[in-house]
Amino acid sequence: MSDKRLEIRWHGRGGQGAKTACMLLADAAFAAGKYVQGFPEYGPERMGAPITAYNRISDERCSVHSYIYNPDYVVVVDETLLSSVDVTHGLKPGGAVVVNSAKPASQLRPYMHGYEGDIYTIDARKISEECLGAYFPNTPMLAAVVQVSGVLDPERFVQDMQASFEHKFATKPQVIEGNMRCLTESMKEVRMQ
Amino acid sequence: MSIRDRLSGNEAVAYAMRQINPDVFAAFPITPSTEIPQYFAQYAADGKVDTEFVTVESEHSSMSTCIGAEAAGVRAVTATSSCGLAYMYEMLYVAASARLPITLACVNRALTGPININNDHSDSMGARDTGWIQIYAENNQEAYDNYLQAMRIAETPDVRLPIMVCQDGFITSHAVENIELEEDEAVKAFVGEYEPENYLLKHENPLAVGPYDTSPYYMEHKVQQAQAMKNAKRAILDVAAEFERTFGRKYGLFEEYQMEDAEAAIVLIGSTAGTAKMCVDQMRARGEKVGLIKLRVFRPFPAEELAQALSKVKTAAVMDKSEGFSGCGGPVFADTRSACYDLKNRPRLINIVYGLGGRDCAVEDIERVFEYLLRIGRTGEDGPVYIHMGQRSSEKEVF
Repeated sequence: MSDKRLEIRWHGRGGQGAKTACMLLADAAFAAGKYVQGFPEYGPERMGAPITAYNRISDERCSVHSYIYNPDYVVVVDETLLSSVDVTHGLKPGGAVVVNSAKPASQLRPYMHGYEGDIYTIDARKISEECLGAYFPNTPMLAAVVQVSGVLDPERFVQDMQASFEHKFATKPQVIEGNMRCLTESMKEVRMQ
Repeated sequence: MSIRDRLSGNEAVAYAMRQINPDVFAAFPITPSTEIPQYFAQYAADGKVDTEFVTVESEHSSMSTCIGAEAAGVRAVTATSSCGLAYMYEMLYVAASARLPITLACVNRALTGPININNDHSDSMGARDTGWIQIYAENNQEAYDNYLQAMRIAETPDVRLPIMVCQDGFITSHAVENIELEEDEAVKAFVGEYEPENYLLKHENPLAVGPYDTSPYYMEHKVQQAQAMKNAKRAILDVAAEFERTFGRKYGLFEEYQMEDAEAAIVLIGSTAGTAKMCVDQMRARGEKVGLIKLRVFRPFPAEELAQALSKVKTAAVMDKSEGFSGCGGPVFADTRSACYDLKNRPRLINIVYGLGGRDCAVEDIERVFEYLLRIGRTGEDGPVYIHMGQRSSEKEVF
């Protein structure tokens, strides 16, 4: 079971929607027929404070209910966390970290405590501001990690997210198209450096 | 037909409540149980239930509201956590001694202080002597299934006791996982209607509830209450058997996992059982004879059955997710050790207090416990009986 299980750890700041993105990924994986876990680590939560959230995605039910110490992928929703949180701690060999940043990986790696693995970057601010006219980094980061990890079929993921947004934004349908563009742009633009 | 879905533990319990459509919900919010009344309030506002949703100013009042409603002859429910449960204390005893089968969804959280919102079992363990039945869940599925069984157990005529349906705060309550839900009609048919024999407002035979009890009678009533708690054990098994026939998922007083030939066992309650199962699988794969007992029912305590299940192991660790402050081990340990006293060949039992205030427990932590048990089983070495896991300040750390 553990061989096929994909584990993702999210690092963000309160208010950026890392928990929401984590739950949306669980939803999308569930829709694709997987067993899922999506859960946040709760501390004294407030706007701007570092938060962590987790996903386990597998073909059989996963009974483990601890935090994730050896993730396959790490998503960093706010690059300013790199100076205070050891985001790549325990990251499995062959895994990758996906960072929301306009900077090249060479400028990010020095903050990663000797991490030698893959670094993917995506400028979620640029995409979000272009597609939504405001800074909501979670949707682009969700799409980026789906693209990088290959955990879900990209086409199916986009279809499921359309349905998910239609449900989530039933009272403000004007934001659905922008969010969908966020997803597709991010999937195109995320790259390993 | 079961419905494939994904829900958090809190969503699952609120969903079960909607399906059951109780007469009264007395609501006061406290983290991490707040979502249960929150989701239920939406169901009430949307007209999906016709429950009287009573918003009160404290947990003392929410339990008092449940007591009033059940005494009047209807089904009453509430949800709480931590200090909220502590604030109900006086009324928990009143509910149990008045033999009112109230259903309380307890989302386990540490007690203050120091103030902490995360999971441990100190809230419901503190209430273990109140006369409430206590059933615990490993995950969202069990939280849902236990809730569907709760009223049937509590309302059984020779039981008639209130019931606490517990799940781990955040770890279960706020984690979204896959779940098999049942159809509304099937749930309604299984749970049935509440038809108490006597109640306060029964006009042809009105009943007094909660009058003063004098010394010549008080003790008789306590003995009846104690007998009701003993009877609950059979009721829990009967309801579980019918639940399995109806929905296909099996429940008992506790779950034995890989215990047939186990030499070392862990006994614990709640979500850590899932983590421990993974550890058992990994250690079994390399030939270690380890097993797990997950207690589902803590009140009534399944003493004889548990002693029997532990009678063949050499060593066992009882893991308590609350301190208890007895100075000699946590509450699950105390009852387990007492249950094993009459065994001819008692296993060596140790107590590990773990996970207080949300301290995480990973597969590797469980593995260290098993390794230690196997070692003392092999060597017969004497060590501490009562250990706190993973203390950062301890110089002589066992684990």
